Amino acid sequence: MAAGIKDKVAILGMGCSKFGERWDASPEDLMVEAYNEAMADAGIAPEQLDAAWFSTHMDDVGTGRGGTPMGIALRLPNIGVTRVENFCAGGSEAIRAAVYAVAAGACDVAIALGVEKLKDTGYGGLPVATVGTYIPQWYPNAVAPANFAQLASAYRSKHGVDAALLKRAIAHVSVKSHANGAKNPKAHFQKAVSEETVLKAPIIAEPLGLFDCAGVSDGAAAVIVTRPDIARSLGKRELVTFKALQIVTSNGWELQSNEWDGSYVHTARIAARRAYAEAGITRPREQISMTEVHDCFSITELVTMEDLGLSDVGGGVKDVLDGMFDADGKIPCQIDGGLKCFGHPIGASGIRMLYEMYLQLQGRAGPRQLSNPSVGLTHNLGGQPSQNVCSVSIVGLEGA
Amino acid sequence: MFGIIGYGGYVPRLRLVRRAAAEANAWYAPQFVNAAKGTRAFANWDEDSITMAVAAARDCLGAADDRSRIASVLLASGTLPFAERLNAGVVCEALTLRDDVQAADVTGSQRAGVSALAQAVAQVRSGGGDVLVLASDNRKTRAASSQELDFGDGAAALQIGRDKVLAEYLGAGTVTVDFVDHFRAAGEDIDYAWEERWVRDEGITKLVPRAVRAALAEAKVEAAQIDHFIFPTTFQKMDQQLAKACGVRAEAVTDSLASRVGDTGLPHALLLLAHVLERAQPGQHILLAQFGSGAQAMVFRVTDEIRNFRPAKGVSEWIRRGVEETAYTRFLSFKGQLDLERGMRGEQERKTALSTAYRHRSAILGLVAGRCEVTGSVHFPPSRISYDQGKPLQDTQKPYKLAERRGTVLSWSAEFLSFHRSPPHRYGQVDFDGGGRVLMEFTDTGEGEIDAGSAVEMTFRIKDIDDRRGYTRYFWKATPVRAAATEKGSE
Repeated sequence: MAAGIKDKVAILGMGCSKFGERWDASPEDLMVEAYNEAMADAGIAPEQLDAAWFSTHMDDVGTGRGGTPMGIALRLPNIGVTRVENFCAGGSEAIRAAVYAVAAGACDVAIALGVEKLKDTGYGGLPVATVGTYIPQWYPNAVAPANFAQLASAYRSKHGVDAALLKRAIAHVSVKSHANGAKNPKAHFQKAVSEETVLKAPIIAEPLGLFDCAGVSDGAAAVIVTRPDIARSLGKRELVTFKALQIVTSNGWELQSNEWDGSYVHTARIAARRAYAEAGITRPREQISMTEVHDCFSITELVTMEDLGLSDVGGGVKDVLDGMFDADGKIPCQIDGGLKCFGHPIGASGIRMLYEMYLQLQGRAGPRQLSNPSVGLTHNLGGQPSQNVCSVSIVGLEGA
Repeated sequence: MFGIIGYGGYVPRLRLVRRAAAEANAWYAPQFVNAAKGTRAFANWDEDSITMAVAAARDCLGAADDRSRIASVLLASGTLPFAERLNAGVVCEALTLRDDVQAADVTGSQRAGVSALAQAVAQVRSGGGDVLVLASDNRKTRAASSQELDFGDGAAALQIGRDKVLAEYLGAGTVTVDFVDHFRAAGEDIDYAWEERWVRDEGITKLVPRAVRAALAEAKVEAAQIDHFIFPTTFQKMDQQLAKACGVRAEAVTDSLASRVGDTGLPHALLLLAHVLERAQPGQHILLAQFGSGAQAMVFRVTDEIRNFRPAKGVSEWIRRGVEETAYTRFLSFKGQLDLERGMRGEQERKTALSTAYRHRSAILGLVAGRCEVTGSVHFPPSRISYDQGKPLQDTQKPYKLAERRGTVLSWSAEFLSFHRSPPHRYGQVDFDGGGRVLMEFTDTGEGEIDAGSAVEMTFRIKDIDDRRGYTRYFWKATPVRAAATEKGSE
């Protein structure tokens, strides 16, 4: 295996807009909001940025295509801006590009920024995306909730889980995230909900109800990265460094062969294995302090705990109901509210996950601060369980 | 000897309860309320004359992989979805027939189904190969009309040839006159009809016996020898009056299926014929006649071979599978007569890339996958490089048909978010017996009928309708495998 990225690149600064139904803000406003915070946090001037990566998913609503929307909105000093798009994993893809550029020595300071302005599409839920000329001729006109809900039917079948029990377990996932989001002033949803409310909500895609689905939000997030020695020369201490950045993309095996059983995310397991190897993590349950995972739907979070090796395969239901991933549990998950409550502006989500890890590791997370976390994991999933791009990133304090 | 060597039919699953329709319209047309009895079949939103013709053809042809015997396909319909684009061509692709098959659309009269049959007989007689005659109709009527209650939707299929003839062709009679009982102008959806008494007394009563007499004469069969007399009509007892006028025994008049299916229009004579053939005995004589722009009649004699043929399901089985529908607005909506709110997701662009559709027609219309000759793995859609983990072989896949194979549901959901003409929108991953996996939609499915592990079979359906350009796109959907009623011991 390659030497990896461990401790080669540090976070110089981060910023994140308030997420939510931002009727008051354009995508440019959101970008400026995240950028300003990140630049102030980094303590650098725009001229010190060498390169930029821009993550946005929707083509024609919000920002437009290419790298120019970011270059123009932030009046960047004519540096290269590359737009990346990898479904909901686009934010993590932008981070990876910026980090790799720094690690390669191609630039000293790079910025990755993600933004999405979903509420200007007019839809409740994600808008309908186009996928070329061939696929729509045979593929169902499928929506994300039903693609992910299929994890539930296959999981029940594989593990012989009673439908009501699984429904209760995934309800707990959402109840937990709402409790966490209530402590986050930047979160889209800041109100705790009861299990009863979650269970009784209208069905969106069997068995997922309204509260099993992530928020559809506007928002932006940004990260500025550099080499640790440069960060120190800029006066930074207690650096948060990258331990692993892994992205795994489906090759069609899940959706076409008869081998995948549909109850888990194949790419997530591979990405986790590679990330642990890159970061030198051998006992994730002991070594990972906290996680931010791609909880686009409650069932996704439950199976992700198994895919990451934090629960045994088939053990997710029990661990979730036991509170293992609650804020006061053994490995807290979605301390900031997650996609569920912080919100899910597609292109920004991967960077938002990193933002919470960064704040937590630096002890700056306010009322939701965990005690002494040292290593955090983010998991960002684009596409659908049967055909996707999955990233697993590990960050931690330098030397951890 | 030549004649019918295979038969099949199709009746859609949905059955409008006539009383429910009459009661919904009682404020406007109270005359139907007490008269409306039984049910009529109506097509699901994703069915049309093409998909129903495919269903009937598959019922006739069975699951056999080799359909190379079919040299010609005649698709008769008064409700073809395309005025220009060979509708029969779509059917041929769906049936994975050879591409040197002769195919034609036959239309323009209520007797087009019988005319297509006559044409097929002539073709076989002159030495051509097997002809597949299909007739299918999905008629639109005006709300609160007697036609709405009387009509039904359905399709029939007959294979005509020389090998293993189960109903020998004996003769035919035709009367072609421009007697207009009803008409539909080009571009119109709904028929305009003239007075019933005139149609009955001056039209049917005078024209049909001429065709019947000519057919019996050519067949050298006496009217009294007829065991099954088929004459589709929505006029009460008209079939019996006609039989009497022609000298056919009253007990020979076949059940018109009015109480359960309704009059399917152009295909109805052939549908009734397919139904009769299920129970016909060797040596019996069948006379079918249809009125329309004159009249046409044909005579067949059943052979011993009748015992050796069974359609895949058969008209009786399709009839038994009906589910009653009391939501009249669903009927109207599926018929395109009620403009329901679609929401923003219903505004989605549905344009079809015709070049892409052509390039992949075998996969899309034929559900033909690719099977790796080395590993045996099945790929849908077919691809240059196989998915096999760690050993991606290139250009090793050969065409492999999935349509007649059963599948098992791996995962599924039913969602209320996307625009769907019959919510919830159900889809999931289907694993095929023998390999292959497709994420596909489910249709003709009730709540609780699909779960992980459920057995499904394939049905050819409308995938999307591009309302803006008037283009209908087709693909295959999964539907639950339902036990045949004979296994349950009914009827």
